[in-house]
Amino acid sequence: MNDAMLPLITETVLACLPFYPLISFVLLISFGKHLSWRVAAGLSVGAMVFSALSSLFVIQQLSIDVPVITSHLWTWFTLAEEVNQTTTSINIKFYLDGLSAVMISVVTGIGLLIHIFAAAYMKEDENFSRFMAYMNLFIVAMLILVLADNLVLLYLGWEGVGLCSFLLIGFWYHEKANVMAARKAFIVTRVGDTAMAIGLFMLFKELGQLTIVDITQSAQTLWTTGDDKAYWIALLLLGGAVGKSAQLPLQTWLPDAMAGPTPVSALIHAATMVTAGVYLIARMNSVFLLAPQVMTYVAWLGAATLILAGIAALAQSDIKRVLAYSTMSQIGYMMLSLGAGAFSAGVFHLMTHAFFKALLFLTAGAIILALHHQQNLFKMGGLLKRLPFETALFAVGLVCLIALPGSSGFFSKEAIIAQLWSSNTAGPLLWTCAIFGALLTSIYSCRLFFLAFMGESRFEQSLQPSSSKLVKYSLIALAVLSLVGGMFGNIIETSLAQVFPLVTRSALNEPNWLHSVAIATPFVGIIFSWFYFASYRSKDSAGLNKNIFIESTSGLANFCRQGLGFDCLYHWLLVKPYCSLAKLNRRDIFDQLIMLNAWYVALLHDVLKSSQTGKLRWYAAAIGLATFLLLLVLSVDVISTEAS
Amino acid sequence: MISTFIQLNPLQLTFYSAALLAIVASLKVITGKNTVHALLYLVVSLLAVAVCFYLMGAPFAAGLEVIVYAGAILILFVFAIMMFGLGQDETLHAPNIDGSKVNKFNLWFGPFLLALLLLIELVYAINSGEVQAKLTSNTIDAKQVGMLLYGPYLLAVEIASFLLLAGLIGGYHFAKPEGVGLDRKKDLGEHG
Amino acid sequence: MIAIPLSHILILASILFVIGFIGVITRKNTLFILMSLEVMLNAVGVAFIGAGSAWQQADGQVMFILILTLAAAEVALGLALLIQMQRRFKSLDIDNLSKLKG
Repeated sequence: MNDAMLPLITETVLACLPFYPLISFVLLISFGKHLSWRVAAGLSVGAMVFSALSSLFVIQQLSIDVPVITSHLWTWFTLAEEVNQTTTSINIKFYLDGLSAVMISVVTGIGLLIHIFAAAYMKEDENFSRFMAYMNLFIVAMLILVLADNLVLLYLGWEGVGLCSFLLIGFWYHEKANVMAARKAFIVTRVGDTAMAIGLFMLFKELGQLTIVDITQSAQTLWTTGDDKAYWIALLLLGGAVGKSAQLPLQTWLPDAMAGPTPVSALIHAATMVTAGVYLIARMNSVFLLAPQVMTYVAWLGAATLILAGIAALAQSDIKRVLAYSTMSQIGYMMLSLGAGAFSAGVFHLMTHAFFKALLFLTAGAIILALHHQQNLFKMGGLLKRLPFETALFAVGLVCLIALPGSSGFFSKEAIIAQLWSSNTAGPLLWTCAIFGALLTSIYSCRLFFLAFMGESRFEQSLQPSSSKLVKYSLIALAVLSLVGGMFGNIIETSLAQVFPLVTRSALNEPNWLHSVAIATPFVGIIFSWFYFASYRSKDSAGLNKNIFIESTSGLANFCRQGLGFDCLYHWLLVKPYCSLAKLNRRDIFDQLIMLNAWYVALLHDVLKSSQTGKLRWYAAAIGLATFLLLLVLSVDVISTEAS
Repeated sequence: MISTFIQLNPLQLTFYSAALLAIVASLKVITGKNTVHALLYLVVSLLAVAVCFYLMGAPFAAGLEVIVYAGAILILFVFAIMMFGLGQDETLHAPNIDGSKVNKFNLWFGPFLLALLLLIELVYAINSGEVQAKLTSNTIDAKQVGMLLYGPYLLAVEIASFLLLAGLIGGYHFAKPEGVGLDRKKDLGEHG
Repeated sequence: MIAIPLSHILILASILFVIGFIGVITRKNTLFILMSLEVMLNAVGVAFIGAGSAWQQADGQVMFILILTLAAAEVALGLALLIQMQRRFKSLDIDNLSKLKG
């Protein structure tokens, strides 16, 4: 292999990246029923191995000299655009730069580990091959999303991951709750997607471009900072991001999405898909930077979500729902970071979060499997002794989540918090929110840990810990990544430096105590919960039961458990009126309008029917009348031509 | 009006009076209450039209009119009326007229008078040298018609013959007494 | 040229035709309808003969002969149907035959 060949090979490898899982998906969905577990698992995991290796290879080709690798596959369609009176072609073209490199490494790397875990976790399921096929399809869509050269292709991936999310949440479709959750996720995210689609239309109308690089260039030349068009487009794109990333006010679908199998929660609803919104904003940073107001909205939305989700997580009794709310809260951090202009910190947190949240979910899955599908925290307890391996892994995940110094979460979260104070679009108030969110994070993490792993065991049956080596290896790999993920910080910083522009910072001087406070906050939270949740970790079952009783009956706790009433609010505000409207219009007014046609034809029919009397003389008279009229028309015609 | 009427030459005079006769007779046909009388008026109307034909210079057509129309076709009508029974049908659909008050004299007087007028006309037309002189100048005789009929119009003649054949078969079929075609089936049904 | 203008002949034909037509649509008795039809056909014959003699062409008379055959066939069928009608309905009222009504 000589040097001249290298770019070509790189391009080819990049082009093939999403196709391995696609082939696997097609094979599994077509012949899945006839494949044994070994073959099906080998196929889907093998495809992921190929993808992961390919992405590793192409990422290595990126350097200071080669900041971008593109791979043009074919032209999808062409659009006539009004601005320059020319046509724009929408290509199937992959675009790899520092940002998408981070994303594909997360998607293929974490995806591979979760696929390995899922192969073991779902082994007994009768629809195993269907499950793996959907997982593969998800990877395909996600890769298209992050590698897309233009926004239309990105939108294809965007909707593709939405579809896979729907399919996988409702994977066990025999239970009504799962189907409802799937439907809810699909419909709620569709709200955001619609906003995003409108944003894309506006973007195309204003700039005549849909390729991301061109948009970046022409946006900066055509618009000044604070431009109205940039404001609206950024706002609409934010709508899409909010829907996908489960931020306020479209966050309600995520906790319910936990109805899906645990690997799905780990892959889609924690590590990758929900961060697509973050990716979108980071990718469109040029537009967002021209609309500082929207940046502030992003920051405030993130802050509000992280605090509300933290409060909701405090009251959950289901281990997966705690993790779901914590996911929302962590994505809130990412949004806050993006809003503050700290793009690379946000993307870095996206990556470390993917590591430790995948670890947490998968470990939770292993624990749930061992407990015969018991997900209620109040019925666990004392797992420290009974499942030491899982406990250790979960503890690693929680340490990263709390962001104790040294863990990967620490590096990324500190990087975010550090940049908030002096940011133009954030400021001290948002910094306080972030600190408060960190405090909440450590408190609900401790509560979860105490309830599940300490105290007296409340689970009477014998445990069924998974003996699968695949599970263990994938979990260990994730744990290692979570612990050392912080070291990637520098690499990511340098690779993203070329993607994101430098954001000017305000001259606000930062007090010296900022960093100390940020580092100390998690410890404060741990100490607080050590005493406040003392009964949860004690062996005294009477005190514990009392607290559990209080928690399950208190109105405030219930309110928090229901996700701070958003579900209820939307139910009364949107679902109910919509249903009653639908009921009102059950007979479909427009249908009636169309039926008017039929009615009118029937009327004419009746009129004409009356002419058919069966009386011969009437028919003869009708013939005579018609002849008369015909002659009349002819003679009028003749007279008029003669006159002229 | 009368002066212009007098100024007309004899041929024209004859034609217009024949036309008037045809119109009056036709009106009597459609307003008639009695079938047979209506039929008689129809004969008069046809004869009047025949006179018109003759005066228009088409003696062959006039002859056909008399022979085929007034002769053959109307005979068919008469046969049909005879089959229905005369008295039954006369006032069947004329409830406004009291049958007993119909004057017997009126019944035959009208057609008789009209036919008489026609006869006078015909005799005059044949006898008058002036009329004959006018006629011979522009008569289209049977020979010309025959040349056309069996020349360019041969196909039409063949089609007309088919039409007549269809009329023959159709007439035979429709006028057949009821149940003639069904007898055999009936027998089979009884014995089988 | 013949002494009678073509327009007068055609007016005569029209008058006869309309009389026949009135008969067709006013009379209930089928026999009268058939006779009215004869009047109408006859009127058409007048028009043809008149036109033929106006242009000194024999075609008018040829057409008349064809109409004559048509009339013969029509009368044969019409009367046969009339007989059938009298047998079935015991009446010649054309309005009784209204089974084709919608």
